[in-house]
Amino acid sequence: MRFSGLKILKEGLTGNKGWRPHWRDPQPKSEYDIIIIGGGGHGLACAHYLASQHGITNVAVLERGYIGGGNVGRNTTIVRANYSLPGNSEFYSHSLKLWEGLEQDLNYNVMHSQRGIINLFHSDGQRDDFARRGNMMLSQGDDAELLDTEGVRKKLPYLDFEQTRFPIFGGLFHARGGTARHDAVAWGFARGADSRGVDLIQKCEVTGIDIQNGVVTGVQTSRGPIRAKKVAMMGAGRSSQIADMAGMRLPIESHVLQAFVTEGLKPCIDHVITYGMGHFYISQSDKGGLVFGGDLDMYASYAARGNLPLVEHVVEAGMTLMPMIGKAKMLRSWGGIMDMSPDGSPIIDRTHIDGLFVSCGWCYGGFKAVPAGGHVMAHLLATDQYHPNATGFRLDRFRSGVGIIDEEATGSQHNLH
Amino acid sequence: MRIQCPICGSRDRREFYYKGDALALKRPAPDAGAEAWDDYVYLRDNPAGWHSELWQHEAGCGAWLVVERNITSHEIRKVTLAEDAT
Repeated sequence: MRFSGLKILKEGLTGNKGWRPHWRDPQPKSEYDIIIIGGGGHGLACAHYLASQHGITNVAVLERGYIGGGNVGRNTTIVRANYSLPGNSEFYSHSLKLWEGLEQDLNYNVMHSQRGIINLFHSDGQRDDFARRGNMMLSQGDDAELLDTEGVRKKLPYLDFEQTRFPIFGGLFHARGGTARHDAVAWGFARGADSRGVDLIQKCEVTGIDIQNGVVTGVQTSRGPIRAKKVAMMGAGRSSQIADMAGMRLPIESHVLQAFVTEGLKPCIDHVITYGMGHFYISQSDKGGLVFGGDLDMYASYAARGNLPLVEHVVEAGMTLMPMIGKAKMLRSWGGIMDMSPDGSPIIDRTHIDGLFVSCGWCYGGFKAVPAGGHVMAHLLATDQYHPNATGFRLDRFRSGVGIIDEEATGSQHNLH
Repeated sequence: MRIQCPICGSRDRREFYYKGDALALKRPAPDAGAEAWDDYVYLRDNPAGWHSELWQHEAGCGAWLVVERNITSHEIRKVTLAEDAT
């Protein structure tokens, strides 16, 4: 089933009876070439690229819950490439380029909207820092423009510019940044993988990883044992539990990050905006809700819900920056489980167990990385070579101390990134 | 979330700073080797259940505390002074 304008017109005129489920609901086979643990954004993207770019279709994605039910359906949907350190820089640049061709590649409307991101700054020092970051973005081949106060005022006239404590000095404008419809990204990749023969197996919890003589041989699941030549652990916030089944400890601490949405409003916020003096960022969804969030709750948590102090903090920051949103009623808040790494950058690598691979440490930036995270993981699984845009995400960088990618220079404390 | 500070009594979470896994108290010897230091600085058990962790009563008495907290339910069952644990 391919989507097209003509198809939508035809279905609209014939009672929408011709639509079919976007993917099958297969029984697990006894053996696959590759098993991906975790049917989130990264796992599904990996499966899609394994099938579409490497012709490897004897693949199963095992998902404990349902497709789109994890972090890929719980994030604030922001897509950007404004990283500054080598290792991250080329990777997120690669991801943004994949985003830009994603809808054609998947034949699926993921509602990718390059509405622009504006990171506000509030001091001379912060301006220098953002100018440097902008130059790094330009030198990696992406876009960045430094706006002064008037430049920001033209785009965002509704901000409180004259706030006495943190007046707005300007902003770093990343025009190609924006948002995408997160569920559609999961569904699009799921359909892309399924249509090429990948088995997406939902309600299938992995309960053990079989290893013989240092070589992975398959997994135990709630739906029986499945053999595999290669196994990829792509469990995001639950990565530590998955790795534990292989006897591994990961450099990961899981934290809860909250997000919030207001009732639907008429269009008022055209961009993604981040506040430079309080952890607060906001955009408006296509349904009209203001989607916003802030910092981690700061303590380890597997509860997909947060606590009130952080709600208060985020809302205070929002009200300081744009008092106009105070009249909007908050509709929902929720939490996602972040696999925080010690340097704030991800891990995409082999493990010491032959045939066992890991992708984790996505912190709270996993969504924008979905296409590239899947793409480079598929490359690693298929060719056993690191993708040229993901050579820095080594698991052993912590032990060796070589190649730590600490974007925010906060040191080895997991929750500070 | 409230934490029962052994010195100040039950206080709001806002008064406390979270450091992380209480293994921070088990600092290896300087010459313990890369593996021991990797275990200490970076690797974590990260259990989906009971977790022994280090908090500081930053806006109170300033004491460092070892808090036994369930990471899945946020329930706290034991709080002791870190100085007693070392």
